[in-house]
Amino acid sequence: MFKNHMWRLTPVLLMLVFLSGCLGEENLTALDPKGEAAQWIYDNMIISLIIMAFVSIVVFAIFFIIVIKFRRKEGDDELPKQVHGNTAMEITWTVIPVILLIILFIPTVTGTFEFHVDADPAEHEDSVYINVTGHQYWWQFDYEEGFTAGQEVYIPAGERVVFELNAEDVIHSFWVPALGGKVDNIPGISNALWLQADEPGVFLGKCAELCGPSHALMDFKVIALERDDYDAWVEEMSAVETEDTMADAEAGYEVFQENACINCHAVGGQGTAMGPALTNFGDRQKFAGVYDFDDDEALANWIRDPQSMKQGNNMPDHPEIGDEDMADLIEYLRSLQIRGADQD
Amino acid sequence: MASYKKEKGVVWDWLTTVDHKKLGIMYLIAGTLFFLKAGLMAVFMRIQLIMPDNTFLSGQTFNEFITMHGTIMLFLAATPLLFAFMNFVIPLQIGARDVAFPFVNALGFWIFLSGGLLLSTSWFFGGGPDAGWTAYVPLSLNENQLGLDFYVLGLQVSGIGTLISAINFLVTIINMRAPGMTMMRLPLFVWTSFVTSTLILFAFTPLAAGLALLMLERIFDAQFFNPAAGGNVVIWQHIFWIFGHPEVYILVLPAFGIISEVIPAFSRKRLFGYTAMVFATMIIAFLGFMVWAHHMFTVGIGPVANSIFAIATMTIAVPTGIKIFNWLFTMWGGKITFNTAMLFASSFVPTFVLGGVTGVMLAMAPVDYLYHDTYFVVAHFHYIIVGGIVLALFAGLFYWYPKMFNHKLNEKLGVIFFILFTIGFHMTFFVQHFLGLMGMPRRVYTYLGGQGLDEFNMISTIGTFFMSAAVIVLVINIVYSAIKGERVIGVNDPWDARTLEWATPTPVPEYNFAQTPQVRSLDPLFYEKVHGDGTMKPAEPVDDIHMPNGSILPVVISIGLYFLGFGLIMLEMENPMLSPWIVVALGGLLTFGGMALRSLNDDHGYHIPKSVVKADLKKQGGGK
Repeated sequence: MFKNHMWRLTPVLLMLVFLSGCLGEENLTALDPKGEAAQWIYDNMIISLIIMAFVSIVVFAIFFIIVIKFRRKEGDDELPKQVHGNTAMEITWTVIPVILLIILFIPTVTGTFEFHVDADPAEHEDSVYINVTGHQYWWQFDYEEGFTAGQEVYIPAGERVVFELNAEDVIHSFWVPALGGKVDNIPGISNALWLQADEPGVFLGKCAELCGPSHALMDFKVIALERDDYDAWVEEMSAVETEDTMADAEAGYEVFQENACINCHAVGGQGTAMGPALTNFGDRQKFAGVYDFDDDEALANWIRDPQSMKQGNNMPDHPEIGDEDMADLIEYLRSLQIRGADQD
Repeated sequence: MASYKKEKGVVWDWLTTVDHKKLGIMYLIAGTLFFLKAGLMAVFMRIQLIMPDNTFLSGQTFNEFITMHGTIMLFLAATPLLFAFMNFVIPLQIGARDVAFPFVNALGFWIFLSGGLLLSTSWFFGGGPDAGWTAYVPLSLNENQLGLDFYVLGLQVSGIGTLISAINFLVTIINMRAPGMTMMRLPLFVWTSFVTSTLILFAFTPLAAGLALLMLERIFDAQFFNPAAGGNVVIWQHIFWIFGHPEVYILVLPAFGIISEVIPAFSRKRLFGYTAMVFATMIIAFLGFMVWAHHMFTVGIGPVANSIFAIATMTIAVPTGIKIFNWLFTMWGGKITFNTAMLFASSFVPTFVLGGVTGVMLAMAPVDYLYHDTYFVVAHFHYIIVGGIVLALFAGLFYWYPKMFNHKLNEKLGVIFFILFTIGFHMTFFVQHFLGLMGMPRRVYTYLGGQGLDEFNMISTIGTFFMSAAVIVLVINIVYSAIKGERVIGVNDPWDARTLEWATPTPVPEYNFAQTPQVRSLDPLFYEKVHGDGTMKPAEPVDDIHMPNGSILPVVISIGLYFLGFGLIMLEMENPMLSPWIVVALGGLLTFGGMALRSLNDDHGYHIPKSVVKADLKKQGGGK
């Protein structure tokens, strides 16, 4: 019979595989924290994991002894001793868990208060304060300097950045696993959280609350820059005028105008926030959050028939745009750059 | 069995029966069918996730599947399967001839079934609900999605069935115990069912209220959840989880009860620390009500609330730990027979611990900001629900099967089933802990390649194939055993067990006990085996036995409720086939007409004459 219980070792073996370094994709996984909040969470997860592993090992050990030692032999009809219980033992396995839990209470309470911030710009004058709005299925980032960015949020590295979290339609949840915990974006309620990226880099973010058919495709990026680069970026973003952006690709700009794209997509302070702002579209790493930015065909298909690529999103389709116009339009969109080729 | 009542057709007999044993079997069949349906959906979802960017299911279909999988598994599979055992076993274990309200018992079953069918009807009207089993507003207010109307009304209807069944169990356990069966001699399964019924009483009522709000908002355009009109979307989450958290304990406490029956029986030892087990059950139930907001740590309810709910949640580990160690020390020093039932019951203990420890980890609110809404949570609650409730259900199935169906399930197939299921279960869910930590949110229909998520998703999906194979083996086992299984007719006590249900003849006569037994101890049958002649002493002379009449009215009332719900949903349809109000009126007529008939018609039941009971006793070779 013991052979049938060998499977119980599987989790232990699997654990060894993980410990040998399989932690997931860098800048996404929470097992390789890249910021202060993520590090705190990781450390306390490990503390709780050690305590819980201890509990599990005790239970498994007792269990295996029982399985091996107390099997009934063939033809053994003798009745085992009938014990009703043992008060001392029962007190022991009540008191020990209580002690273990008290160890966990302390970081639970301190951490809860450490991570709490109010959604109020006046309280956070010393830190960068970015207003995040969740939409089906994209993210809007409004900066205090008055401009809007879509899908990719730039922050200075090495300092706590406060994000105010709101939602336009349904509940979303703002999560950058490598940088810290998540907080929900709820219609009618403003939440906030702080995150810090210790080093410059690109960190992957996801929506964590079911928000409709394309919930799985609601990705975004957090791009952390050195403070100087960040300041420069903010300055450029604030200064962009629509006229600046049409110079390089005037034909494409006309297509953009003819199809009334500006009604939803702001460029350089003009337009609305019905769709992601396109001011720095040319700097994107992905379009629509998940598709390869360099793929012309996919981008054209997206503009003509967005439903086929992101079910249930709110962008109208534009099948009438011809190939030539489409090429111009894409050229125009790609020309919308703030940081140009210097990034990475 | 006897000619003192008119013979009717088999189908009619099952439609009108109020016998708790037949209803138990009906719950078992209905629950199993729903279990297979929801399990199949899970397999489809895992196939979709076997590799990145897969297009097997669309986002919409996937969301309908996650919603229906969760809803069906909790409301229409786990609950009725537990009710199946509760219905069949509780009256036998407390030495009663039936439940307190046999008619209400039948009504509960049929209403549950009609609610479940109403929910399933959604597939024929544009797809199932798609907002998750939690139906968070505002996503669940999507007017283009009729599936959510089916969710609201289907659950409302089936919830009524669950609620009245629970009330019935409460009254039965309080009132119908055999002489000598004091509360502190109740088998643990009866105790946990009792506490669970209390939980249902207090948890399903807020659910009904919440569903009523959602129905008013969806069908009649109320504005409870619209911030623009002064509503609040978080209110729904509070109401839902005030029901939803206890729901976990509603399911897991009877599972604890099953484990507490099976482990002593096959260890040949009495339950270690009976009193502590009873009080731990009550404490778990109480705390279970106090911790609903731990599902809402990331909602922004503030650090004070988060801290309080976090600590209260962790505290549940203490009574649960008491239970775990009591089970272990029930086995310790025993002479354990590892048949299929015991394999499931004993492997439950370490498996459930794995789910429990991640529960404590999740309760640390600031760390939960990481875990929340990720695959870590998916892994955790499947360790609780599959590793806890489902393993216990399988243990209970193999354990009570001989009493319910008069033959045993095949042991060899049972062990194969156990091995396949266990491998598949751990393979599927263990790696999901890591997927969550590596950045995979839950409820995603796809994920991008190159994010380090591919391998574990593949492993997880292969695990579900093992579990599917296991379930197929179980089905084969059930069919095979029905044809060739070891008959236990005339064998009252095939396991050498301890509690009263094994003192009844097999097959169990419709009146359960010809003479109500006199209970002299905890584990009454075992006590008689050691201190008496191995049979229960009767507490009354042989006499006429009063039994309730069957009735078709539960079916009529349930059909009425189905049409009432369906009519309300038709209000939302664009081109209904006929006026919705006609359907509502028809449903109302059947429901309230059925109730009126029941109230106005005095039905005194019938008596099984003393002579018949005596003849039965003689056939079984007893009769004192």
